[in-house]
Amino acid sequence: MSAIVVDNLSKSFGAVKALDSVSFEVERGELFGLIGPDGAGKTTLFRLLTTLLNPDEGGAVVDGYDIVKDYLSIRSRVGYMPGRFSLYPDLTVEENLDFFAALFGVTVEESYDLVAPIYSHIEPFRTRRAGKLSGGMKQKLALSCALIHRPSVLFLDEPTTGVDAVSRSEFWDMLAGLKERGITILVSTPYMDEASRCDRIALCNEGRILGVDTPQGIVERFDSPLYAVSADNMFALLESSRKVEGVEECYPFGEAHHLVANEKFDLERYKTQLSDIENLNIVPTKPTIEDMFIKLMKR
Amino acid sequence: MNDIIISVRELTKCFGDFTAVNRISFDVRRGEIFGFLGANGAGKTTAMRMLCGLSYPTSGSGTVAGYDVMREGEQIKRHIGYMSQRFSLYNDLTVEENINLFAGIYGLSKAETEERTTELLERLNFSSERKTLVGSLPLGWKQKLSFAIATIHRPEVVFLDEPTGGVDPVTRRQFWEMIYEAAAGGTTIFVTTHYMDEAEYCSRVSIMVDGEVRALDTPARLKQQFVVESMDEVFRTLARGAQRGE
Repeated sequence: MSAIVVDNLSKSFGAVKALDSVSFEVERGELFGLIGPDGAGKTTLFRLLTTLLNPDEGGAVVDGYDIVKDYLSIRSRVGYMPGRFSLYPDLTVEENLDFFAALFGVTVEESYDLVAPIYSHIEPFRTRRAGKLSGGMKQKLALSCALIHRPSVLFLDEPTTGVDAVSRSEFWDMLAGLKERGITILVSTPYMDEASRCDRIALCNEGRILGVDTPQGIVERFDSPLYAVSADNMFALLESSRKVEGVEECYPFGEAHHLVANEKFDLERYKTQLSDIENLNIVPTKPTIEDMFIKLMKR
Repeated sequence: MNDIIISVRELTKCFGDFTAVNRISFDVRRGEIFGFLGANGAGKTTAMRMLCGLSYPTSGSGTVAGYDVMREGEQIKRHIGYMSQRFSLYNDLTVEENINLFAGIYGLSKAETEERTTELLERLNFSSERKTLVGSLPLGWKQKLSFAIATIHRPEVVFLDEPTGGVDPVTRRQFWEMIYEAAAGGTTIFVTTHYMDEAEYCSRVSIMVDGEVRALDTPARLKQQFVVESMDEVFRTLARGAQRGE
């Protein structure tokens, strides 16, 4: 049985359709990523699955329990780390952890083995008030508190937003460790480059799911030839490239632009037509999650 | 015309006995897209505040848009543009009201404001949205408008603070296209971010660790130097050695 089953879930706020008939399943023990920008509906989905909101239409099952009928059973089984820091700033690190343990009727000792790989980083500061911690330390405390009752499913809403690259990478290492312990993890992020750390991902935008697959599988669905193009004047290159026949799209992609070709594209003709562009360089390149996201958004 | 828009030497900022920024030196050229990176706590914000004229250095020297960073903070503020993801436009004012507000802050005359408003709206294809509330515009439009307004007084250099965090990939590319266009027109772009994929869009990037600039080059040469595939790996290699936290 899947750990999470989402079936045609919809939720509106006034005229805004935050979630529009979303369906997917997460396997037990899977590290599943929701990848999408602000406004994709990620937070609404988390709030529905953690029983903090009721759906307008459709339904979902978490760890075998229905999100509407069995909401109390779900609350004791899941851990939730909201996007905004939600611990008590004027309690110490230790007091916050004790508080969450008490809420769930457990002791810190009982769960220490599970939280230790994360909590040990902040334990030296256990008498410091949570409000005085750095961003990376707050994040570790919030994760420790979300784990204290040994949840079977963990919901993490944008845990790496606003965190620097080193802390982000460490955080993903911790999630990999939790996955080893058999915990199912649903994690959201706006950063496409974090997709590769997940077993499977759902690409989401404006309340809809554009595709679900392994990161590799998503990339393999990109079925057009793709080139990386660069030149001295990157802006002129963009405009000129788009005028060439067979160029489906050309968009900035970091150091080079990415050029999506269709069947009419001819490399020699492209080079000839752009002969006035200085230091033109064009090489085939591999698509990324972001290329696929762009393609799916435009469909 | 001088082709160096920002030039700083040994720029230092101390708070008590804590040296937040420690003798940083670099030049930024006209039309360059310069990425300014650093981990949380590396001194990025403090350095940028000095470059924007919001705080005076403890020691060192330098100029931004031709004004002295040691004593002409007010002049610097008037001659640069600034745009951050957090502080952008007023949602409950119309497009035109937002333009008027910022034009007024930058001291443009009524005639100049009217002329530039018309020009700006035409350039963005926004003329029909003059009386629309900014809050009801799509995110991509807001960003374009926000950048156009940050440059309404035609500054030589614009500071962008984490410009595209949380934005969808298509909107993000429209934004970078606008940045490339501005840079091609001679505007210098100074971007601070801790998202390494934004760094890949820059002509050159500098990386701060523990208050110092530890690396400065094109993304391609930095990747070559560290023998890695991405700026993310360059950054992590450098930042892992950091002595101070946030």
